[in-house]
Amino acid sequence: MIAEFGRHAPYIIGSYAVVALVVAGLIAWVLIDGRRLAREIERLEAQGVRRRSARGRDETAGDGAPRG
Amino acid sequence: MPTLTQRLANPTRFLALSSALLPWVATAAGLLIAWGLMLAAKAPPDYQQAHTVKIMFIHVPCAWLAMAVYVVIAISSFGYLVYRHPLADVSARAAAPIGAAFTLLALITGSLWGKPMWGTFWEWDARMTSVLILFFLYLGLIALRTSFDDEALAAQNTAILALVGIVILPVIKYSVDFWNTLHQPSTGGTLSIDKSFRIPLLVMAAGFTLLFAALHMKAMANEILRRRIRTMTLAAVERAGAGIPDKPQAAE
Repeated sequence: MIAEFGRHAPYIIGSYAVVALVVAGLIAWVLIDGRRLAREIERLEAQGVRRRSARGRDETAGDGAPRG
Repeated sequence: MPTLTQRLANPTRFLALSSALLPWVATAAGLLIAWGLMLAAKAPPDYQQAHTVKIMFIHVPCAWLAMAVYVVIAISSFGYLVYRHPLADVSARAAAPIGAAFTLLALITGSLWGKPMWGTFWEWDARMTSVLILFFLYLGLIALRTSFDDEALAAQNTAILALVGIVILPVIKYSVDFWNTLHQPSTGGTLSIDKSFRIPLLVMAAGFTLLFAALHMKAMANEILRRRIRTMTLAAVERAGAGIPDKPQAAE
């Protein structure tokens, strides 16, 4: 099929290649960023750091003992 | 009874809903784009443009998203300024880089289509110039956001710029009617295009729209996590300042 494109092939293939590259970059960006942020939250929680709302839930979670 | 937007105002609820929806939206986007690419490959050459018409199947969805994403940002900005919806600013911030990327793609693919058809990669005509301004507007929104230390002030100023900037959308839309441009006039919602081109174009447009929905949902979830990390880090700093240990000490 590409042979049919003739002298227009570089423009057609170039367009599709640029779109594929940028869309792949966008997908990689949101996935890698999401993983990095999830790891950071896990790290903070492992240190005992809680958000105020989460602390409120923990403190009323049964044994009444305040956590982190 | 609370509306859908009111129910989604809770970030935790939004995270749960988006993580449930995301695989389905992303899969639907992937399938539609794959189907659209197959149809595009089979589309016949145009009698005037020959095979370069295949560029239309990616250029038009990118151009459509360039404008549609800006509408999403403008609605979100309005929601933030008027209703103070907790997720409105998250939505506007998450959409800006994605909109900038699709606008850049519309410019590049348009330029690569223009060279064999018009004999030039670029012409300072009304359509191309107004889309370039839209691209700079996206970059302006991203830059303005990062130029303030105060998160609320950044959100407010960015929202105002986004609402003022919406004036560019009718200029882009009607530029081909108001001015004499190299760019072709509107095809009337693709109705004037032959079925052999219209169907792949509509499938690709639907696929790209779902792709944006998936990217936006994930970017919003990331932005919520980023804000949580900031809150948790501040809490940790406050606790350290008050001399409270991070982890409760084990009973001896």
